[in-house]
Amino acid sequence: MKIVKVYGSGCKRCQATEAMVKAAAEKLGIEVEVEKVTDPKSIAIAGVLSTPGISVDGKLVHAGGLPDATRLEGWLSA
Amino acid sequence: MNADIAHPARPARPDWLWHLGILAFLVAWGTVYRALPPFSEWVTALIPVERHSHTGEAVAFFFYDVPKVMMLLTLIVFVMGVVRSFFSPEKTRALLSGKREGIGNILSAGLGVLTPFCSCSAVPLFIGFVSAGVPLGVTFSFLIAAPMVNEVALVLLFGLVGWKVAMTYLAFGLGIAIVAGYVIGRLHLEGWLQDWVRDIHSGASAPALAEDEHPSMADRYRFGIAAVREIFGRVWVWIILGIGMGALIHGYVPEDLMVRIMGADAWWSVPVAVIMGIPMYTNAAGVIPIVEALLGKGAALGTVLAFMMSVIALSLPEMIILRQVLTLRLIAVFIGVVASGILAVGFLFNLIF
Repeated sequence: MKIVKVYGSGCKRCQATEAMVKAAAEKLGIEVEVEKVTDPKSIAIAGVLSTPGISVDGKLVHAGGLPDATRLEGWLSA
Repeated sequence: MNADIAHPARPARPDWLWHLGILAFLVAWGTVYRALPPFSEWVTALIPVERHSHTGEAVAFFFYDVPKVMMLLTLIVFVMGVVRSFFSPEKTRALLSGKREGIGNILSAGLGVLTPFCSCSAVPLFIGFVSAGVPLGVTFSFLIAAPMVNEVALVLLFGLVGWKVAMTYLAFGLGIAIVAGYVIGRLHLEGWLQDWVRDIHSGASAPALAEDEHPSMADRYRFGIAAVREIFGRVWVWIILGIGMGALIHGYVPEDLMVRIMGADAWWSVPVAVIMGIPMYTNAAGVIPIVEALLGKGAALGTVLAFMMSVIALSLPEMIILRQVLTLRLIAVFIGVVASGILAVGFLFNLIF
């Protein structure tokens, strides 16, 4: 079980990112728990400068804009 | 890139194919762009209205300006997307942290234009900058320049008003960001941040994002295409609405009315324009076609530019977002300083032009 956090204020792209994470996990058959972090303070403390950001098991892997689908799968299966 | 080896699903097009494709696109773009004026005359001629009537003027304006602006926007947004792929908020922060005021403000305003930025992440960016030792005033220079001097505003000004006004907007937009940031920095208002922001500030710095592997040129082109898609998804309605409004004003609003309300002689028109602009929230795309039409009808350039800058740089929704990190007092200072800068630009322009 991997814990994936999606950092974002709830803008359109943040929601799209969350959907992408879920879709990628399903495609790879990986069990994930997706948590949305919307509080600006927590986003900042996590080190995300531009949203949406993604962390996998506590490690920040992406910040700013929609993630690339191929690389997203790479982070999830790593 | 490891990811690509692990997932061969995506056919990796070689860079040269991309270069070739981009070149072909540029040639096609140029050809179509040059054919636009005769095309718009032809369309207008098809519609059974007198060419020199109000309706005729409005129709020609719509059929010439809409495609022209769309094409310019596609090209410039793509180019800026590729350029921005060389910058990131993380790199910009590293460049700016610990910079002296003055030179830091200049650098910051410039980077504000080049770094990819979305106002939805203004808060994390603000905290990330301040907590990494970027001076408050330098951070503000970035936050003012990033939304105000954007390629959509510049393209629309260039396409609808002319390159001189576009360049002047660029210069004065940067100028306001630099000076306003510098002034805010000189005022030493660090104590007016929300308490929790100061706590992060004095605490340990946040973990950094692992450095990306080097993107290829094809990746950068893809970044540019994504930028075009995103901008168009967001602004096309505004452009058509705005240009439609512009066409209406172009054809129907009597000239002397505008001269009286927004002409250079009415000194109070600049502050009124700035105040009216604050609660209004639309992006550059929506406001600039109106700006062009107002100018055509005799409104003074300084007044119209002040209105435009106020609409774009001082928006209520952004203030509400920033409220999470700034105290009301600091927001008031921010609005005051930026609004004064815009006022000065407005008066200066009305004097010069």
